[in-house]
Amino acid sequence: MTEPLTEAMRKAEHEMVVCNACRYCEAYCPVFQAMEQRVTFQRADLTYLANLCHNCGECLYACQYAPPHEFNIDVPRTLSRVRVESYESFAWPSFAATAFRRPWLATLFTLVVSVVILQLFSSSPLARTFVARATRDPADFYAVIPHVVMVTLFGVVGLFVVAAIAIGHRRFAGSARDDDPRASHEGLRHARLGSLQATRDVLTLRHLHATGEDCVDGEEQRRPWRRWLHHCTFYGFALCFASTTVAAIYHLIFGWIAPYAYTSVPVVLGTIGGLGLVVGPAGLLALDLRRDAALTHASERALGSAFLSMLLLTSVTGLLLLVLRERPYMPVLLVFHLAVVLALFLTFPYGKFVHGIYRGAALLKFRREELV
Amino acid sequence: MNASHYDIAVLGGGNAALSAALTAAERGARVIVLERAPRAFRGGNSRHTRNLRCMHPLPTDVLIDTYPEDEFMADLLRVTGGATDQTLARIMVRRSADLPRRMNRFGVRFQPSLRGTLHLGRTNAFFLGGGKALMNSAYAAAERLGVRVVYEAEVVGVCIRDGRFESVEVRMPHGAEAITARTVVLAAGGFESNLDWLAEIWGEAASNFIIRGTPYNTGTVLRLMLDAGAESVGDPSQCHAVAIDARAPKFDGGIVTRLDSVPLGIVVNKHGDRFYDEGEDYWPKRYAIWGRLVAQQPDQIAYSIVDSKAVGRFMPSVFPPIVADSIRGLASTLGLPAGTLAATIERFNAAVRPGTFDHQTLDDCRTEGLIPNKSHWAQRLDTPPFHAYPLRPGITFTYLGVKVDERARVVMKGGVADNIFAAGEIMAGNILGRGYVAGVGMTIGTVFGEIAGRESSDKAATAGSA
Repeated sequence: MTEPLTEAMRKAEHEMVVCNACRYCEAYCPVFQAMEQRVTFQRADLTYLANLCHNCGECLYACQYAPPHEFNIDVPRTLSRVRVESYESFAWPSFAATAFRRPWLATLFTLVVSVVILQLFSSSPLARTFVARATRDPADFYAVIPHVVMVTLFGVVGLFVVAAIAIGHRRFAGSARDDDPRASHEGLRHARLGSLQATRDVLTLRHLHATGEDCVDGEEQRRPWRRWLHHCTFYGFALCFASTTVAAIYHLIFGWIAPYAYTSVPVVLGTIGGLGLVVGPAGLLALDLRRDAALTHASERALGSAFLSMLLLTSVTGLLLLVLRERPYMPVLLVFHLAVVLALFLTFPYGKFVHGIYRGAALLKFRREELV
Repeated sequence: MNASHYDIAVLGGGNAALSAALTAAERGARVIVLERAPRAFRGGNSRHTRNLRCMHPLPTDVLIDTYPEDEFMADLLRVTGGATDQTLARIMVRRSADLPRRMNRFGVRFQPSLRGTLHLGRTNAFFLGGGKALMNSAYAAAERLGVRVVYEAEVVGVCIRDGRFESVEVRMPHGAEAITARTVVLAAGGFESNLDWLAEIWGEAASNFIIRGTPYNTGTVLRLMLDAGAESVGDPSQCHAVAIDARAPKFDGGIVTRLDSVPLGIVVNKHGDRFYDEGEDYWPKRYAIWGRLVAQQPDQIAYSIVDSKAVGRFMPSVFPPIVADSIRGLASTLGLPAGTLAATIERFNAAVRPGTFDHQTLDDCRTEGLIPNKSHWAQRLDTPPFHAYPLRPGITFTYLGVKVDERARVVMKGGVADNIFAAGEIMAGNILGRGYVAGVGMTIGTVFGEIAGRESSDKAATAGSA
């Protein structure tokens, strides 16, 4: 890679050179183990290491060269900056990268646009035609926004989001320029084993507690909250996604039309998931206020809080909708909730969400490198 | 501050100091730790360390294989050439076995012994994250145990009357204060960062020395104690010095200023002449003599020169190599006499005997007919670009200390002081009279810190009830 290094990358390069000559942190996490496999640190190496870093923070406090030492080594913060820059550089379409620089503005803008779109669809003549034919159940969401409109809108947006994320992922994987390990039989075995290990690493957040204790929120403050709140968020989201999937199956295959009973599978999954999506993001937002600011670059913290706020808004409006679905102002709530969900989806490729994609890819690369 | 406020005043804030403070506080003593450094640089030289040496009759979770007591003793006798108090050494070796477990009690974590690649994995237990992480854990434990820690507290006087410690004069950010305590633990390190003291011993040359560790080890407490009549141990004119990159900061450069290129090329002084066998033995066994070797050269500077064949064969270095495509070009960049350097390398290249190069073993690549010869890894310097690294002596620690007995009590000229204890570098010379073996300084500090903590808290308790 001959592309020049950014300022943050030059700092990261300096830090990795110092770290590579020291290596005291090698037992903390994969970043230092991957670093030791390298002698020079170019753009692709730094991008990989930055995305491998879980921002656990141990290495900052352990560092004999941390500020105010003149070597000025602050690996978690520097890598968090490089990480956000890498999100920008992989974004598709490229102009959307600007969202990473102004996450709050981008989120609010998307939210407003989404409200307008949903408003248009719910009150358009087309919608009225469908609504006129719908049943008169007080909790009938499709009377507000017809099912076909909802499916089409979210289907198109969903496809776009998947495509954007896939292109970003391709760009990340391409920047790493690995030989395809699956070329040989042995390589194929390694590739499979690596995938398995990386999947486990992701699902258990292994590297937030791989040393036997949880990682830090401040010097000598090892707490499990960050890991558990992330689990609440991740699995909460997964349950909500499962709820929607089950509902879609009900609708398309069995012809069972929403609203579903409080004890039905989609509602139970959605409720538990929704609660996870309240507790997780709210907790992580609160934690971020208390966490040592020296650990994370401001740009990544802003990405995180914008994303967490959107998740929280999604779950809160969703749960409210569930509880208040038979009230007369349900349509307003529904339109707003769907607008929030739409905005959340639209910002997926251009916000904190992508950390999961690139972290997963980096962990996979790490596991495969380790096996070779 | 009233006279009985503290049972123990600990002078210093490194591993030995905290080991004493934690042990004493756990036994109920009221302890104050006076650390000269600001909080960010607390921990003395311990913040630059990585491991400690432990005997162990069986493999443990942090140490592979076995390292019997007698082998540890033999290693110590070998490196010190017998300059050790064998009674104290034996105490240290025996108690070292239990250290990882005992330190773990205070929240100190060790790396698992999984990775067999570390050549010290058998003899040394590695702190997870290194010495600064160790000190963070120790200070957090001190806070939990109610130890009072004062940073930027410089000891300027120690009041000893009739061989008994009475109080300590301390300069702190908010003003000077006399702190009284029933007992005192001296754990303030050596004098390696006192440039004036170094100059008294080594003259002008000392101004070119680099101090690898903390700038706060000025030996103030050591000097006060010697002046007050403490018996000394260790050669006052000796220090542990290694050759490090000359571009290192004056203080606190720590481990990363290390340079491992020496055995792969030649080393010349400022006149462009070689002066010692670069391939005498494996680098980890030789780097410690190169500090003195460079210190003896004019202007205390030398240059390690390798050609492109050696690149990538030694641990990456923090400072970039000085690169040139020709020897003359290199000489002009380094400011060396080009003719002499070219002649030195020409003679060296001509003297290289054929052999099979292997930088992992003591191979048969050597020179013949040179003064000095190179015994191993001798390859012609003929493949540009040429890389050079400037070298200076980097001082790790000094050997001079106060004499102690097996209860860590300081031996004064008039007899053993009964309420003055010492631990760490300030008394390491009792055991390590010369030489060094990796991790032994931390073992001495931890073991004698514990002994000093226990003895001083016992002493304070009896003094309190009397």
